[in-house]
Amino acid sequence: MALDDRKSDFKFVGTRPDRPDGLDKVTGRAKFGADAHAPGMLHGAILRSPHAHARIVKIDASKAEAHQDVKAVITRADFSDKVPFKPGLEGEFWNVLENVMAGEKALYDGHAVAAVAATSALAARDALKLIEVEYEVLPHVTDVDKAMAPDAPVIREGAADYSVPEGMHPNVVRYHESGHGDVETGFAEADLVIEDSFVTEATHQGYIEPHACLASLGNDGKGELWCCTQGHWIVQKTCSALLGMETSNLRVTASEIGGGFGGKTTVFIEPVALALSRKANRPVKVVMNRSEVFRATGPTSSASMDVKIGMKKDGTITAAEGIFRLQGGAFPGAPGDMTAMCGFAPYNLTNVRQVGYDVMANRPKQAAYRAPGAPMGAFAVESVIDELCNKLGLDPIDVRLKNAAHEGTKASYGPRYERIGLVETLEAAKAHPHYAAPLKPGQGRGIACGFWFNHGGETSVSLALSEDGSAQLMVGTPDIGGSRASMALMAAEVLGIPYENIRVTVADTATLGYNDVSHGSRVTYASGLATIKAAHNAVEKLCERAAAKWGIPVDAVKWEDGCAVPSGPNAGDFDPMPLADITANMGSTGGPISGHFEATPEGAGVSFGTHIVDAEVDPETGKTAVTRYTVIQDAGKAIHPAYVEGQYQGGAVQGIGWALNEEYIYGEDGRLQNSIFLDYRIPVASDLPMIDTVIVEVPNPGHPFGVRGVGETGIVPPLAAIANAVSNAAGVRMRQLPMSPPRILAALRDNG
Amino acid sequence: MVEVNLWSGLRSLTGGRQVVEVEASDTGELLRELVRAYPALQGPIDAGVSVAVDGRIIAGSLNEPIHPDSEVYLMQRLRGG
Repeated sequence: MALDDRKSDFKFVGTRPDRPDGLDKVTGRAKFGADAHAPGMLHGAILRSPHAHARIVKIDASKAEAHQDVKAVITRADFSDKVPFKPGLEGEFWNVLENVMAGEKALYDGHAVAAVAATSALAARDALKLIEVEYEVLPHVTDVDKAMAPDAPVIREGAADYSVPEGMHPNVVRYHESGHGDVETGFAEADLVIEDSFVTEATHQGYIEPHACLASLGNDGKGELWCCTQGHWIVQKTCSALLGMETSNLRVTASEIGGGFGGKTTVFIEPVALALSRKANRPVKVVMNRSEVFRATGPTSSASMDVKIGMKKDGTITAAEGIFRLQGGAFPGAPGDMTAMCGFAPYNLTNVRQVGYDVMANRPKQAAYRAPGAPMGAFAVESVIDELCNKLGLDPIDVRLKNAAHEGTKASYGPRYERIGLVETLEAAKAHPHYAAPLKPGQGRGIACGFWFNHGGETSVSLALSEDGSAQLMVGTPDIGGSRASMALMAAEVLGIPYENIRVTVADTATLGYNDVSHGSRVTYASGLATIKAAHNAVEKLCERAAAKWGIPVDAVKWEDGCAVPSGPNAGDFDPMPLADITANMGSTGGPISGHFEATPEGAGVSFGTHIVDAEVDPETGKTAVTRYTVIQDAGKAIHPAYVEGQYQGGAVQGIGWALNEEYIYGEDGRLQNSIFLDYRIPVASDLPMIDTVIVEVPNPGHPFGVRGVGETGIVPPLAAIANAVSNAAGVRMRQLPMSPPRILAALRDNG
Repeated sequence: MVEVNLWSGLRSLTGGRQVVEVEASDTGELLRELVRAYPALQGPIDAGVSVAVDGRIIAGSLNEPIHPDSEVYLMQRLRGG
């Protein structure tokens, strides 16, 4: 049931005030990654491998170094030989170093092999041509199934961890298996069992702002870094490790961010800019172009999946099994385990088994992209459920309701669920006018559910009150989804002062305690929880000052609507004392009043959504149009509903791109064929219908206001929901994404 | 004693057992005791695990309380975007 009509006890939470960054963004005043300048600044450029897999025999940079405009040239030697490494630079730090600057081998088309700092951006790019690299080209593989085959070239021996069963190809680096019950028994109980295979291509987050940074690292070992990132503390930690610095000697400031979606949770150019700056002894700015973003940042994994589900005639699922193979580039890290754990998570299953593989191939190191790994698995699982419904003549929402997980259900990945809202999203979907609307000839409707875990993470927040009664809130999570607005609303709720009187700043690494990255849909949950607690901390101090002024015990004072008031008739008869009356002379009544909170909150609360999609397929051209789209998702509590709706709509739009057009296309030579937006087709406004949203609110018991993260779940159902709509419209099951016009035409042709 | 449910991929490291028992009153102690009883679990625990206690997923904190009757699952460390 949608709870939009429920009366709220909140005064500020749940309202839709103007966004605090709106004017800066529409006037161009907002400072993004590339907007920073420094006196004496140089410009960096990065030389990239044209080969998918090659041994680097020799790099001769002498001609570049001799050029008058060039002030520094670096290669891997500037990280590994000349820099004293901290002990313990291994594991993921080693992988990141190997990714930001190739060592012995170039592992993918676009892999960085050297970099230059010069007096202008043009001079830097020209100087790259003066660097001579001798390569010994090696066999390569870019396809996940081929990378697992016995004859596949080995990308890195010994990269597999403890989990990989004996006998697998060395490119298989991690293995996950989980589940419960006995799937064979379950399949034997089914009236119909469908087993099918599915493929998805890698896609890119497609953030509008390319990576950009300005680095300054002096001879005194002290560094400053301005960069576009989802988490500047992880940038600080990683860069200082890669450059052999003390962490606190590097101050990192996050710029305004033009989209991240998970792709800016690691570093690419930042350690390079710092190494160039250290060598040149001048500030160095590095800005990626779009082609570099596609070739050398972190797209999603591509996937190959087999799913088998058994169902009774009444719609009961008797068993479910999935094998999910994910390719994550030339490094360990593809989230095959997450795909496996999320795929069947919406359902209450007696017998379930899921297997995930993490496979290396000669592609860029995959990065997170909203609910990493989950959308592909949902595509495979929800497609098979849709096919079962079609074959058994069952309503797809009724079947999902019949099998839906609820509080107390044993999740496919193990534990029992706390209070969750899947059933409520399905009921809202069934009641929505969209579901009852008639379809025109040639149109099809698709339903799919999706699940994501959500995350808490290390969080530190400070709040400082001003003499005039306004407040400054310092958070450490870059604002990728409207968090400055939602933080201000939550602080306003506790303090009882207007939203407009609270300014929220994303503080730098020298100003606040460690904050985990803005990822895992954690910001409104964790930074929000910390904001609420920091505001309560300030309120306690405000009550102490009021108690002192009134000469009564502090426990006789409570906080109400922005004022200290006596807590009861016995506390004394005093007029309410507004916040601004207390802060006006706080310097002489005990000093500045601030609130703080630091913690790693562990109650993020999982999240579910249900999507309804109508699609129309042109049988002449194979072109698909999405004609109607409705997103229904549990937000726990929507702090700023307009931003929540934006997250839902954004997830649907990115899912439409992933389902219909977007894909990494590699040639036989292992080179990326479509590294610009003209050839990598993301949806634009004219491709899209109005995307309707329904906010379901089933409060998360782990958050004071009931918040669940909303940033990621919205991209989990779309691939499946669109594939189901397109399959139902075309009359043929679509098993491969993207469902581009040539693929749809081929499927129609194969279907006769 | 706390019953700890492992994911099935770990059975090869615990002599085929998917449910093991250890003495622990918080998440940190649980992980230490698991490694003490089953040294081969050091690898997956070092690689990153989360612990679900009565349905609540503890991503990484070592000081979350566990009661003897708690339902405890070891899970792979979650990652987000």
